[in-house]
Amino acid sequence: MQQINFILSLADANLILSQRNAEWCGHGPVLEQDIAITNITLDLLGQARNFYQYAASLVNQSGNMPGNIATEDSLAYRRTEREFKNILLCELPKGDWAQTVLRQFFYSVFCKGLYTQLLQGQDAQLSAIAEKSLKEVLYHVRWSGEWVMRLGDGTAESNQRMKQALQFLWPYTGEMFMPAGFENNEIDLASIKKQWLSQVRSILEEATLQLPAGNIFMQSGGKKGIHTEHMGFLLAEMQYLQRMYPDANW
Amino acid sequence: MTTIHQFENDFQDKIDQEAKIEPKDWMPDAYRKTNLRQISQHAHSEVVGMLPEGNWITRAPSLKRKAILIAKVQDEAGHGLYLYCAAETLGQSREQMIDDLLSGKAKYSSIFNYPTLTWADMGAIGWLVDGAAILNQVMLCRTSYGPYARAMVRICKEESFHQRQGFETLLVLSKGTAAQKEMCQDAINRWWWPSLMMFGPKDSESTNSDQSMKWKIKRKSNDELRQNFVDMIAEQIKLLGMTLPDPHLKWNEQKKSYDFGEINWEEFWNVVKGNGPCNKERIDARIKAHEQGAWVREAALAYAEKKNKIKTVSAA
Repeated sequence: MQQINFILSLADANLILSQRNAEWCGHGPVLEQDIAITNITLDLLGQARNFYQYAASLVNQSGNMPGNIATEDSLAYRRTEREFKNILLCELPKGDWAQTVLRQFFYSVFCKGLYTQLLQGQDAQLSAIAEKSLKEVLYHVRWSGEWVMRLGDGTAESNQRMKQALQFLWPYTGEMFMPAGFENNEIDLASIKKQWLSQVRSILEEATLQLPAGNIFMQSGGKKGIHTEHMGFLLAEMQYLQRMYPDANW
Repeated sequence: MTTIHQFENDFQDKIDQEAKIEPKDWMPDAYRKTNLRQISQHAHSEVVGMLPEGNWITRAPSLKRKAILIAKVQDEAGHGLYLYCAAETLGQSREQMIDDLLSGKAKYSSIFNYPTLTWADMGAIGWLVDGAAILNQVMLCRTSYGPYARAMVRICKEESFHQRQGFETLLVLSKGTAAQKEMCQDAINRWWWPSLMMFGPKDSESTNSDQSMKWKIKRKSNDELRQNFVDMIAEQIKLLGMTLPDPHLKWNEQKKSYDFGEINWEEFWNVVKGNGPCNKERIDARIKAHEQGAWVREAALAYAEKKNKIKTVSAA
């Protein structure tokens, strides 16, 4: 069960961030970047599907849900906000372009560290998903990191917007490194945090931005199903057809 | 001395011999303008066309459908991009074209001024709207202006894929629950007539057609393409077990094609003039994206200039 919850937390985080980034599709600041953010949206959705499909197969093997067969769609569309295990960072509104690219950067650098560890783990299926995902994640880190630098060191306005995004998002970064009890002992969150801080610090410096100083209180709860108020609306929109027509196949 | 008249004759000869016209070749002003208008209008249609389908990305009913829809809308952005590039070869910047779209000076396909009300609309758009677009675009793969023709070859491959995906979306609905069947028929009812309108006014009322045919910008008339479309869809719909909302639709054995009813031309011209159900929303959405993206584009430019300066200084 712990392993299933862990995989679900990865699936949920990718799906929810994908859902948020998808809101840019058709509304990006310039056509090339509309395409880029949509590409990342698709990658995240693809990763979510791989994790959900694996989780579904484990649920079905476990026999915990007699009579019900778990699928990627039943896991994505038929669970409530209290059952979703994504970190809060992923569900926050997309905000402006500064908030979107900074959130992506924080998340992607974290995924880089996490997937690198999964790659070396005992679970062959997780390792395979991590290997495939890492190729995409490295691009996401590069793309979002470049945008952080561009906006931080661009104009006075873009710098100001990056500072606001940083102030808003920072309290949601700590949750990534807080264990929820379902991670297996191969995952070393402390070492992921160390690498994450080092890469984030260096890109922010390039961007003429600074890590927020002082002991900032970190928000958490997502991994345990305690979400922000944004989450209910996000799921209501995403799940509406599956909820409204429970007998239908699409 | 070469006269304008000789240039024009040489130009027409080239077209008659099926040679492509390239950006640096001499061309009549009107040829340049017609192509620029048509290609930029086509580019705008791709970009505005992202909106009605984008409307359903966050509500797609399964993860697979969501992925397919996102990829499709992204393809449209890509089409917009290379069509803008093709249009730029005629001497106008993308910024200018976008300004013309946002000011209302440039048009885009009226079909995107209709709302997407249910999930079945994603299928109906793929099957009917993309289906109608493909007939036009297959013809344009052989259009006389080289960059446009080459862009269309690539676009056609993706469009025919979209059309099949749209049909398959409807096929699943047509075999589904009663509610899904109803949704499917309703979407077909709403999209059928607007799709027929996509081919433009009747040949007898089309102002640009004759010259465009002579220059081989177009190779088939509006009415010819519309007839091809009706003949194709009237057969395909049998596989869905659905009907088209036209009591006059009937096979005509003599002309070996379908007869069909009269388009509501009053509605057609009104949507063209800006009175369609979503004209204002669509342009407002484009203006909003453009205005809210201004600071991002400025910052990217400022950053690139800074980096270039540093490079120049360190190279010196």
